[in-house]
Amino acid sequence: MPLVLALEEAYAHAKADEGFQAELAGYLTTYVGRPSPLYFARRLSEHHGAKIWLKREELNHTGSHKINNCMGQILLARRMGKTRIIAETGAGQHGVATATACALFGLPCVVYMGAVDVERQAPNVLRMRLLGAEVRPVESGSATLKDAMNEALRDWVANVSDTYYLIGSAAGPHPYPVMVRDFQTVIGRESRVQILETEGRLPDALVACVGGGSNAIGLFHPFLADEDVRLFGVEAAGEGMATGRHAAALAGGRPGVLHGAHSYLLQDDDGQILEAHSISAGLDYPGIGPEHAWLRDVGRARYLTATDEEALTAFALCARLEGIVPALESAHALAKLAEVAIEVGKDGIVVLGLSGRGDKDLAAVAPRLERMA
Amino acid sequence: MSAGRIEACFAALAREGRAAFAPYVMAGDPDTDTAWRILKGLPAAGADLIELGLPFSDPMADGPTVQRGAARALAAGMDTRGVLALARRFRAGDPMTPVVLMGYYNPILNFGLDAFAAAAAEAGVDGLIMVDVPPEESDPLADALEARGVALIRLATPTTDEARLAIVARRSGGFVYFVSVTGVTGVKEADAAAIADQVTRARDATGLPVAVGFGIRTAARAAEVARIADAVVVGSALVEEIAQSVALKRDPAPKVLDTVAAMAQAVRSARVSG
Repeated sequence: MPLVLALEEAYAHAKADEGFQAELAGYLTTYVGRPSPLYFARRLSEHHGAKIWLKREELNHTGSHKINNCMGQILLARRMGKTRIIAETGAGQHGVATATACALFGLPCVVYMGAVDVERQAPNVLRMRLLGAEVRPVESGSATLKDAMNEALRDWVANVSDTYYLIGSAAGPHPYPVMVRDFQTVIGRESRVQILETEGRLPDALVACVGGGSNAIGLFHPFLADEDVRLFGVEAAGEGMATGRHAAALAGGRPGVLHGAHSYLLQDDDGQILEAHSISAGLDYPGIGPEHAWLRDVGRARYLTATDEEALTAFALCARLEGIVPALESAHALAKLAEVAIEVGKDGIVVLGLSGRGDKDLAAVAPRLERMA
Repeated sequence: MSAGRIEACFAALAREGRAAFAPYVMAGDPDTDTAWRILKGLPAAGADLIELGLPFSDPMADGPTVQRGAARALAAGMDTRGVLALARRFRAGDPMTPVVLMGYYNPILNFGLDAFAAAAAEAGVDGLIMVDVPPEESDPLADALEARGVALIRLATPTTDEARLAIVARRSGGFVYFVSVTGVTGVKEADAAAIADQVTRARDATGLPVAVGFGIRTAARAAEVARIADAVVVGSALVEEIAQSVALKRDPAPKVLDTVAAMAQAVRSARVSG
């Protein structure tokens, strides 16, 4: 507890410090490549019957939105005098972003990754090692993201004095969900400015995939007060909600406590945490950021689900219609565009958070895509 | 009154001038019957107080040994109701030895805080240690336990300073569980000399006896800690013996109880020989 209290205090100071914000903004511009474009997806728009704009987070350095948060937290870790960085990763996108930030500042980096994910995300494992990080496969439990997070927490409490735990999702103990959200709101702030410049008005709907929910909350948050902007999060329904093999904590879970956060969780009758299932390793988490649980409960945001099959179809469609290979995570959001388009109509404006690029997924999806073709 | 059993235990040992020996075993590890035979044999083997683990799927404060113990127990069908049933069965045959449950919050929250407190009191459980509930978030749990006379036992660590100890002491009872290492269970070794001052500080700040755990694996180390603490907790070393016996397809109960007896003896003679 003292360590998260110390983090909360350090973050509050940094947040209020113009020097910190200016340093972060500088790295986001020159190193990450921000602002990311807001791109009008003409052919997807024609296909779905709405004006669809893609917020191109996949064009960031390292290929996903994860770097936004990593740059913020690595600068915080440096301010706190920490000399060793640890992280958990599912798809490897956060691990790659953390390893990148650590290479940039010459800090040793250990990334915990479920052994199952090490297998299915081999290219990202190689990238992390190339960047100088040590990837530690986690064999316990379901050997996926939640177990990687357990192991990172164990490391952190054993090495509190020199180690900074760089959490990648809007989950975990306070202040992480708030801090990760703050660092990701750059997505929504830019989108707001960009859509006003191009369309001259706010969008009718925002769509983003949700695992822990960092890219979605980063996109949604700057629009929360705009009640006419409908918010759609898309959870992973895996093999189908009815099969029980999914990762949809809101659609298929109950309130509970895991990793220091009170939110919705996949759990059995005894309160034991269930394994999440999704073709996308980055959505394979049995919980969801607490702010999404709140947005759902107060009715501000709606949460849909997309199955593995729907995500794969959308993955292929986006590649063919737009020349963009999305991450499987982002493909879950793309899979619900048809549904959202019906809601907003053909003149409706939709901004979709394209959270990452799909190169990392090619090996894993190739056999299934060939069967579909 | 259940909190009374813990107080009576420490009062009696204070008169004897020695520390309590408190073995930790995971309920249902490796199966309900074996766990029951171990549990009921603990007082005769020298346990003064018993910590009974509530198995959880994601035990993030535990090292590999206790993680695997929890996984064995869950695989064998143990759940929160089953742990309470084990405690009730123990209490039916032993009216004196305090029993403290130790585990993680989600299964308790899922059970219902009031329902759990009532069921625990009815089963003769004396206290509850929740590894992942900080004092700032524990009022609903403390309310439920207080209403049923079950002690909420709090953790302190080497990173817990004076100001924090005052927060830890609030609404806590039974004893303070001092985590002797920074880290998870069963990995690093406790250093009695290094923690002596911290144990004294925790005792002074809370007015409660201080149990020391998380890093005591041998009888010699147990004896060292017994000289400075009010209770010595040994967990991973016992859970590891269960794992080894299971691997060899042997009954773990005799081996675990022999180890408990040796450690209890070390604790009993620590202050005399020390």
